[in-house]
Order: sequence, then C-alpha cells, then structure tokens
Amino acid sequence: MDNGHANALARDWPAGISQVPFWVYQDPEVLREEQRRIFAGPVWHFLCLDVDIPALGDFRTSFIGDMPVIVVRGEGDRINAFENRCAHRGALIAFEDAGNVKDFTCVYHAWRYDLEGNLCSIAFQRGVNGKGGMPADFRMAEHGPRKLRVETIGGLVFGTVDPAAPSLEEFLSPPIAAKIRRVFNRKLEVIGRFTQVLPNNWKMYAENIRDTYHASLLHLFFTTFKITRFDQAGGVTISPDGAHHASATISKGIQTQSVYKDQGLRSDSDVFRLRDDSFLETEAEFGDDIQLQNVALFPTLMLQQLYNSVAVRQTVPRGVDSMDLHWTFIGFADDTPEMRRRRLRQMNLAGPAGYVSMEDGCIGNFVQRGAAAAAAEISVIEMGGRDAVSQDTRATEASVRGFWKNYRRLMEL
Amino acid sequence: MSDTLFRVAALNTRYAAVIDADMLEEWPAFFLPDCLYKVTTAENLRKGYQAGVIYADSRGMLEDRVAALRRANIYERQTYRHIIGMPSVLADGPDGISAESPFLVVRTMRTGEMSLFAAGQYRDVIHTGADGTSRFAERVVVCDSPRFDTLLAIPL
Repeated sequence: MDNGHANALARDWPAGISQVPFWVYQDPEVLREEQRRIFAGPVWHFLCLDVDIPALGDFRTSFIGDMPVIVVRGEGDRINAFENRCAHRGALIAFEDAGNVKDFTCVYHAWRYDLEGNLCSIAFQRGVNGKGGMPADFRMAEHGPRKLRVETIGGLVFGTVDPAAPSLEEFLSPPIAAKIRRVFNRKLEVIGRFTQVLPNNWKMYAENIRDTYHASLLHLFFTTFKITRFDQAGGVTISPDGAHHASATISKGIQTQSVYKDQGLRSDSDVFRLRDDSFLETEAEFGDDIQLQNVALFPTLMLQQLYNSVAVRQTVPRGVDSMDLHWTFIGFADDTPEMRRRRLRQMNLAGPAGYVSMEDGCIGNFVQRGAAAAAAEISVIEMGGRDAVSQDTRATEASVRGFWKNYRRLMEL
Repeated sequence: MSDTLFRVAALNTRYAAVIDADMLEEWPAFFLPDCLYKVTTAENLRKGYQAGVIYADSRGMLEDRVAALRRANIYERQTYRHIIGMPSVLADGPDGISAESPFLVVRTMRTGEMSLFAAGQYRDVIHTGADGTSRFAERVVVCDSPRFDTLLAIPL
C-alpha cells in the first residue's frame, strides 16, 4: 500500500480491507510495531473491573500488550493506572495479581511509589554515614513509570498511555457504548477466572470474534442437537472507524427439548437430543429479546452475553504465534440463587471447554499452521462485500474488515 | 479406613482407565443422577468463585457433554494419561466418603506431541449403593494452574 509513509514494515498488501497477507500474523517486527502504534497508541485498553478494586489501596496488575500495568484505587475514590516498571532499574513494582497496599515499594532497591505512581522515596538517597547517595541534583519528580489516563464504562476500567487519544466514549462510538451499557448495567460480581492459552497470533482471535460467518458452520452444538430459536433475527453493528463490533441474535427464546415434548411437536427418535437441556432455559434480564450479544472492542477486548452467561475476554499477545485469553465470568450483585445457578450452568457454553467456543481454541492454530509457508499469500475476507458497515445479517465478514480498516490506519500499513 | 482407602483408589483407577481408553460413554455412570462435576482452579477456590470451565449438576449433563464431544465439537485428536496418586480419606460416614486425590494428566496429541496438560487435586464425595457400587455425588477437579492450553475437550 503506497501511502507515502516511510514505514519500515511497508511490504506487499493489496489496497483495501478485504484481503490480508499472512506475514502480518508471522513477523516479529510487526508485533514490535503493534506494541508501539496500537498498545501504546491512541487506543483505550481494558485494565480490570471496577469491582476488582473496591477499596482505597486495592490494586490489580494487568497488561496492555507487552506493557505490565498496575491499576489501583487511590485517594478520592480515583482509579489510577501506571506502568508496572520501577523508574530505577525497570523491575516490576508489583508482582502479585492483586492486593491492597498503602504504597508500592520496589523489592530490588526499595524505591517507593504512591498510589498515583509518583516516586516518593529512594532508599539511602542521602547515602550512609555521609557516603554514597544520589547526586544532589537528582529530582524524584523527573523519574517515574509512565502514567495512564483512566476512564470507565459499565464498571469496566480502561486506560491509555497516549495523551492524544480521544475520550473513551468517543473512542467507542455511541452505538457501541450503548451495547456495552445494555449488559453492564448494574453492579457486577466476578464468579470465576480462567486463562486459555491459544497457539495463534492475537489478531486471529480478534478476527474470529468479529467473524459472524463462521458461527453456525464451525460451532455445530446448536444444530447437532436441534436447538431451535424462534424468530431469529440479528445483525452486526460496526463503529464508523471499523474498530469495534457488536453482533446480536434476537429471538423470543430457546425451543428446548422439553418444549417439543410438552407440545407433542415431533418424535424424539429421529434426531439427537440433549438429556438435560434445562441449562439453556434463559431469563430475559436486559429488557429486550437479544439472546446473544458479542461486543468486540479494538484491539483485544470481548464482552459476551450468551443468554445469561456474561463474560469479559481479554487477549494478551505472547509472541507472534501465542496469546493468552483471560476469561472473567460475571454475575450481578442482585442475582437470585436461581439466576446464579443458571449462569454457572450456562458457562458450559463458553470458555476453554465451551460447547460453542471450544473450536475457537484450535481454529487459529489451524490457520497459523496452514499458512506457515505462505507469508506472501493472501487471505480473502469478502463475504458480504468489501466494506465495513453495519448489516442486518450475520452471514458477513464486515466486522473483520472493520478490524483491518482500523488496524491499517493505526499501523500506517 | 484401609477398606475405604482401597475403595476410593479402585474407583479412581477405573475412572482414569475409562477416560484414557476413550470409553467416554462409560464416564457418566461414575456419577449419581444428582451430582456435581466441576473443573475449576485452585485460585477460583481460594477466592470463593463458584464457576467451573465445566459445570454439570446432573448425570444427564455429563451424558450430553460426551454426546457433544462425539457429535458436535471439533478438536484435534488427542488422548490423556491420568496418573492419580494415593487418596486421602477425610471422612467416611452416613454422608458418604469425603476424599482428596492428587492427579497429573499428560496429553498426547495426534502429532505425538506430549505435554503435562493438568495437575491438581480431585475433591470428592462418594456414595456407595446397596449393590456395593461406589459413585461420585461430587467430583470437583481443582487444577493447580489457571491456564488451559488450547482447549479442554476430554474431561479430566
């Protein structure tokens, strides 16, 4: 793409957003440039949940791409975030997943930081017995880990290192922000965390979640067991820049086996049936008939509502051909015991062992292996056209093209 | 107590043999009709999080999982080898046997690639019926690591 920029990564990539060369999933140089232009770029990244750090001094550690980050509840109920890197020698300032502190002290040489990430004391700054110590002109204020801007939506905490990034709301776009608020509309409660290690480039998962075309073709659970949904409709909503995606499946509910039986609609002998499909019985809790909603935020966050199973999925790249997928399963503070049990049982649908997500664990690796010798070859993403606009069908790859539209803009590729 | 220990160890041995030999259709019969089978992690347990990557509270749900693996789910051919250590019997009374057993599971892929897929502990409640058959009222699989490589298809 000849765009006039002197980019070290400039190499063959057909114009447009409907064709993607395989080198983009394979080249370590691309990954380094992604860290600079996307993860440290004018982009908002998920850090943690608001309820993960309810009290003063509560912190969690997270990642923005390669960058380790501390998120902490500071004075005035403010959420602060800064790079988890000591300004002295670069050691991790905090090496636990979570905790509660008055301040942070690096274990290496005891440099101490307040809850905003300001360097506030240095061990032996004036030396010992008049010997050693830091130079007289050393100013603590000039040294510290990079600080992040922090904003929240629906109890989800986001941060960016780039002062030039727009506001979070503007970054998300109003239609996508509305989809988030639809589900994340009251106090959350974590009900489980799991990490799935996927042997593929992180962008393959970003594409997969936006790829509404594959859902009924790769994931055969619903069709195999003839689980029918009434009045199916739906489509995809794409932010104007292409970056973010929300898909929806609208129906009046699930037709489970018991419904068939109750209505004497058909014989059970000719098809496979689930023995206990009661776990699919769903309670509408978001004020509409959207049974399934997947929101994908650029670059690495996915928000899932599968019936009553709600989850946050965060991708952390681990090299060109590996990524961690952090699943946080969510309940709400006002759940009845019945609703909580329903969420626990519906977790069988998604996750590392999910009936309708298991295949996504291996499909990226099939691509990674299949295209291993095809760096200069092209993947074609033209189902539903060559643009990236909202559509009222899910038989489309429009959202995948949207990802690449925003990716090429940010990467100047 | 030694009789109980032997009973649990024998149940574990049969359980592992069935899974490792790909006789998954026989796996649900190790559980009572009303049961709990859950795969979770030590960290979730520590935090009091109830969720599992697999969460089945009826034998029917276990049968469905096997049916889904056989007919619906797509994953690369793989086998497990369970090594289950000596159980600790915590209680043996009218509420059944309460026991814990450590396990390792080595996964062998179609390609021959082998890896230590899971390590952890079974936390079990076992009931023995009038016919002398022992079954799990509860088997909570507590994995030491929060990380699952690629996917979890075959049960642990």
